[in-house]
Amino acid sequence: MMEDQALGWFATIGRMAMQVWPVWLGMAVIFGLSIRFKRRLGLYGKLFDSTVGMIGYAIVLFWVLVAVFASLIITHDPLAQVAIMKNAAPGSPTGLEDGYPYYLLGGDALARDVFSRMVMGAREVLKIAPAAALVAYAVGICLGLPAGYLGGWWDDVLSFIANLVLAFPVILLFFLLVTPEIQQTGIPNGMAAILFAIPLVLMALMIHSRFVTQPARRNLWLAILAIVGIWAYAGLVFDADPLGVWRMPPNLLNVFIAVVFVNAPTVFRIVRGITMDIKNRDYVAAAQTRGESGAYIMLWEIMPNARGPLIVDFCLRIGYTTILLGTLGFFGLGVSPESPDWGSTINQGRRLLTAYPHAALAPALALMMLVLGLNLLADGLREESLKD
Amino acid sequence: MLTFLARRLAAIAASALVLTFVVFALTNLDPNLEKLAKGQGSARMSDAEVESWLAGNGYDRPMLTRYGEWLGVLPGWTAEGEDGTVVRGRCIDNAADREIRPRFCGVMQGDWGWSTRFRAPVGEILADRLAATGKLMFWVMVVMVPSALLLGVLAGMREGSRTDRTLSTVAIASTSTPEYVMGVLLIALLASSQAGLSPMLKEWGLLDAPVLFQGNARSAVGDANFWNFTLPVMTVALYGMGYIARMTRASMTEVMTQQYIRTARLKGVPFRDVVMKHALRNALIAPFTVIMLQFPWLLNGVVITEVLFSYPGFGWTLVEAAGNNDIELLLASSVVAVVLVLATQLISDIGYVWLNPRIRLA
Amino acid sequence: MVDPRDPTATEPDAFDPRWGASQEPSLGPSAEPGPALGAGIGPDRADEAEAARSSAAETPPARDDRAAPAGAGNGDDPVLEIENLSISFFTRLREIPAVMDFSVKVMPGEAVGLVGESGCGKSTVALGVMQDLGVNGRIVGGSVRFKGRDMGSMSQSELRQIRGSQIAMIYQEPMASLNPAMRVGDQLAEVPMIHEGMARKEALAMARQVVADVRLPDPDRILRAYPHQLSGGQQQRIVIAMALMSKPALLILDEPTTALDVTVEAGIVDLVKDLGRKYGTSMLFISHNLGLILETCDRICVMYSGEAVETGSVDDVFDRMRHPYTQALFRSIPLPGANKNSRPLVPIRGNFPLPHERPQGCNFGPRCDHFVDGVCNVTDIPMEPVPGDDRHNTRCIRFDEIDWDAPPAHQAATEETPIGNVVLRLEDVKKYYHVSPGMFSGGDGQVVKANEALSFDARSGETLAIVGESGCGKSTLAKVLMGLETATSGNIMLYDQSIQNTPIEKRGTDTVSSVQMVFQNPFDTLNPSMSVGRQIVRALEIFGTARTDAERHQRMLELLDLVKLPRAFAERMPRQLSGGQKQRVGIARAFAGGAKVVVADEPVSALDVSVQAAVTQLLMDIQREHGTTLLFISHDLSVVRYLADRVLVMYLGHVVEIGSTEQVFAPPYHPYTEALLSAVPIADTAVEKRKIVLEGDIPSAMNPPPGCPFQTRCPWKDRVPGNRCETQMPPMRRMAGGHEIKCHLSDEEFASMRPVFSRAPEAAE
Repeated sequence: MMEDQALGWFATIGRMAMQVWPVWLGMAVIFGLSIRFKRRLGLYGKLFDSTVGMIGYAIVLFWVLVAVFASLIITHDPLAQVAIMKNAAPGSPTGLEDGYPYYLLGGDALARDVFSRMVMGAREVLKIAPAAALVAYAVGICLGLPAGYLGGWWDDVLSFIANLVLAFPVILLFFLLVTPEIQQTGIPNGMAAILFAIPLVLMALMIHSRFVTQPARRNLWLAILAIVGIWAYAGLVFDADPLGVWRMPPNLLNVFIAVVFVNAPTVFRIVRGITMDIKNRDYVAAAQTRGESGAYIMLWEIMPNARGPLIVDFCLRIGYTTILLGTLGFFGLGVSPESPDWGSTINQGRRLLTAYPHAALAPALALMMLVLGLNLLADGLREESLKD
Repeated sequence: MLTFLARRLAAIAASALVLTFVVFALTNLDPNLEKLAKGQGSARMSDAEVESWLAGNGYDRPMLTRYGEWLGVLPGWTAEGEDGTVVRGRCIDNAADREIRPRFCGVMQGDWGWSTRFRAPVGEILADRLAATGKLMFWVMVVMVPSALLLGVLAGMREGSRTDRTLSTVAIASTSTPEYVMGVLLIALLASSQAGLSPMLKEWGLLDAPVLFQGNARSAVGDANFWNFTLPVMTVALYGMGYIARMTRASMTEVMTQQYIRTARLKGVPFRDVVMKHALRNALIAPFTVIMLQFPWLLNGVVITEVLFSYPGFGWTLVEAAGNNDIELLLASSVVAVVLVLATQLISDIGYVWLNPRIRLA
Repeated sequence: MVDPRDPTATEPDAFDPRWGASQEPSLGPSAEPGPALGAGIGPDRADEAEAARSSAAETPPARDDRAAPAGAGNGDDPVLEIENLSISFFTRLREIPAVMDFSVKVMPGEAVGLVGESGCGKSTVALGVMQDLGVNGRIVGGSVRFKGRDMGSMSQSELRQIRGSQIAMIYQEPMASLNPAMRVGDQLAEVPMIHEGMARKEALAMARQVVADVRLPDPDRILRAYPHQLSGGQQQRIVIAMALMSKPALLILDEPTTALDVTVEAGIVDLVKDLGRKYGTSMLFISHNLGLILETCDRICVMYSGEAVETGSVDDVFDRMRHPYTQALFRSIPLPGANKNSRPLVPIRGNFPLPHERPQGCNFGPRCDHFVDGVCNVTDIPMEPVPGDDRHNTRCIRFDEIDWDAPPAHQAATEETPIGNVVLRLEDVKKYYHVSPGMFSGGDGQVVKANEALSFDARSGETLAIVGESGCGKSTLAKVLMGLETATSGNIMLYDQSIQNTPIEKRGTDTVSSVQMVFQNPFDTLNPSMSVGRQIVRALEIFGTARTDAERHQRMLELLDLVKLPRAFAERMPRQLSGGQKQRVGIARAFAGGAKVVVADEPVSALDVSVQAAVTQLLMDIQREHGTTLLFISHDLSVVRYLADRVLVMYLGHVVEIGSTEQVFAPPYHPYTEALLSAVPIADTAVEKRKIVLEGDIPSAMNPPPGCPFQTRCPWKDRVPGNRCETQMPPMRRMAGGHEIKCHLSDEEFASMRPVFSRAPEAAE
């Protein structure tokens, strides 16, 4: 049974590097093309002038590609248990005839392959974090623009609500909002109904204000939006998509909503601040003096010019969302027990932390790396966007 | 200034009221009450039994009424026995002396209720746990704030220099490491008998105990020392430190490009004095607010860390209360948390005014 | 998003738009009574006209006063000697030369003016002298010698000893140059504490002395104040006091008054001149304003695109310029003789070259009327002395071939625009704002009376100038006209429609498109993330001017033609345009709906002088073609005199004087108009000006004085018997020919007023 020797550290790392070959290939192609055409790619291209930004982008790209190619990379089924591999050290051979001969990063307390779980965990995290950040942005923009632009009681009311949510310790909010009991009450669906409607309203307003003088064109775009939007909306909120393209399991929806809810007030404050700054510019006054609607001014005069700081913050926010998702997993909230996501893997691993640290260490380092990459990327973007 | 304070205090009270009501409403949702009933009675209760348990413990009345009772603006519920005398009730069950029966017994009367999880008055539990967390927070602050400010000021002093690059990278790395990752790393590195430094040190004969630092901080409640308290403190401090350091750096670099810094330099002020006398106070205005607003996040860190290191403080209690739907303990905890957050906001406003002479409050 | 950490921000002159901001084109005065720094050149002047002028302006003893304390040893050794200085900034892509082969000498007690448009490198020279160029800037050639010592070879600590004690600097933005978190007294006391090791108490006593010297009231209160508690003028006086704390040998002033109102500027200029004399300080005075240089300096150095193109005494350069750029500069600023119809301004054609796109040979070549291919664009042009003048040099290879007295080549007189019917009529328009103190605290808010009882009318084809300084309510008036605010009371008639209570969203497309606006700041007037063409097309869409996309596109191209921009600009993004070009796009946008009334809010004040002329010209041309009514809001009386048909002077929300341009610019004046006229520097050595310096600052509109709004600063107040000025609002007095003045002065007093300007008889044409 022990005919295979355990791999040394060097061999283990080498084998892992080989296992993720699709990622290297993808990175080489993307980097090659990007650097070749960097002068034509705007802010994205300028990223390749900044060392920090490039390192950050490389790390983020690595994990994105790991998530994309996860099913090619994994060595074992992330749920399969091989009895003798319980808490096995990294590089231990499985001793089995078929399948990959080693647990590259060892086995966890349930004798599952840590490496494969970590890889699948990347997919779990990157499925939710950017989407949640995006919805949080839509909500924050939709509420922040009028608060900043119109001021007055809009601002008073919205800011009070935002401050209320911000005064809530995040963890308390999670413990209250992300529970099976809450899912029974339908509160997450109700919140989803509101939160997911906001991006649609935002887009509809953008279309309307842009084409207000050309009704035919406006109606065409609104019709397209209505079809796609209502389809996605029905699928995500009510799980009623006939084609099954848009769907989210109830516990995932619950997690998603909680994360959006926590992030949106911060985005709101950022957008509000930038709006209050930009609304004093002359081009906004010029739009006012030609009688543009408030919606047009907010969405087409102010928003595009706020994009610099918002893009930077968006990267940071994906990182923060990743951390929040990890926190949820760490407390075992809203995730199924088998889920390979990083937070719950750390949670399971921490019980035997002093004796077998590897099971918790692998996802912990992965999470740290991804967040670090996003932070470095944001830093690079900020630096580059401030030049010229 | 007084009107400002009064306004802020009124806002805090309003926020606390709204937030406690939200917590109250969420914890008193039907599925949660059912869970509570099953937890207190037995897991195999039928629906009817659950109903009667809830009715017998005063949970069957409208939510607003119960919220009022909890606040102490409505009289507590009572139940009469067969003989028509009052035998049970909100204000009776928890009382030390069952013969004294006040009509009101809510937060406003100083009665925080009864913890179903710990079977003790909430007030007592929280006092103990807050003291423990206070100790942790204190040391976190002592470690975090000076090192973060130092890091930020040194990095921001000369933007783009090698010092700046190095220190900024350290700061980014530390903000990228949430507490549950930092804790795992620290334990694996310093408190594991299998990995990290401890086995090595033991081999070299430098260490008698099996591990260098304690991975469990339960003993630190009574007797905190360097070996059992370092890891939890560092876990919380490091994550927050990076953030504050980056804010300080950003603020410092901005201040250093200001015209008045150039004025000072061209006035012949030595660089050290330019930094200390001219830049520092202006540069600390923004991070001060950040440090204060860091409290909600710090509270998160404390919860995670206390769970990770089994340190029975406020955060650990919060998790226990939430996990067991201990309504009154959870409510009290959220009041504490919310008041803490709002109070720090108030302090941050006042401090901002003090640091920044340009702002004058009406 | 201009970020303070942007490394290019350390080289303000070359890139930072702020440095081009708010320029008033210059008209020149020569200070009439009293000794002026600007006049004191020695006995070797030959010219008759100058001799005449100097008799009024020159007081030889003053010069001696100055020289004495400055005398670091021999009075013949220059205080500052810059020789062939070249400074470059290094970006990742390339080296950007900001200053090339620059030489200037400053003698003890002498004031040298450094003049040029934004981006010409004048501020970089100042920073080069201070050896404070930031991380990206470096001196790549030449030397800076201060009192004979090479500053380039000094150590940091040696430099520190010189900075602040021997050389002091005063900047454009007084608010930004003072530390917001430090009391004024501490900032002042710091200087002698560092350089002379003085004790804090003595240093504060000295600070008190200097604060009194810069004519600030109540020095003790000022010393305890934080900078934000002082007004802009007071702040700049503090900055000056700080510079004088150690009695420096050299004072560098970098646009010290650009951020200030004209009447406040006049006070500061007066102060600087007096102090320079009192302390015997040499000065390097950097400005874009030729008039200001004439008022303050002995010698001048004109810079263009990183090079000095002409240096010499103020009189030589002003009256016998020998460089085409200097000449073009003078022809593009509205001097008193200019007239929009008979003698229009001559803009300099083309654009300022970017630092890395400078032409071969003469930098000014592509824009020069005297350019000769094969001569001007071959080699670097050296500085050549002009024979017969004292230290007068020019960087023009053809200077002795050019006929310097020939009239401008393409100055075409045009016919006067016929004035038509009344288009816009305001009757007793008032705009009050309620400033609420906050959400929770009770009590009534304050009322700010931004506009009080405005009545005037404007006719088609007419240019009505609205003149006033900050806080006078001119911007509020614009907002009310545009419908961004509604009037509190009164009537605004546009043709036969009353619009005073119709906010913009309730106005019909016709009304909206017929009243349009041109904004002040070119860097802000266009949406940075929308192409130029798209922005004009959007205006066309909103105004419903054309039906289809193709029609709109065609109309947009025509509008670009109208403002004389190439059609290719339609695809450009605003950041690819220069300030003047952006302003043109703004004008095109305003005319998209065929505007009848255009409110131009300081449309040229943020542009360089040569560009100002072109944009002004464009506005006039369009007006002539379309019979547009132009409401020209400005603080700059030179431009106003040049282009306005009628003038309305505002002070703290009140119209204090209204009349035709000739009436307003000649006596009788409202006392405020008189002071305003006197405050404008004029770059013409032949014009003499009565000096009226107003005391104090403009009161806040939140808290206006009782009675006449101008009574706190009025030099004529003691001529009015009783305390009517303090208690009663003066009536609007009708003078001859529709000229109206709001003042208590008697008719006899009005009749006794003398003109502010007069032409020296020798120079009269």
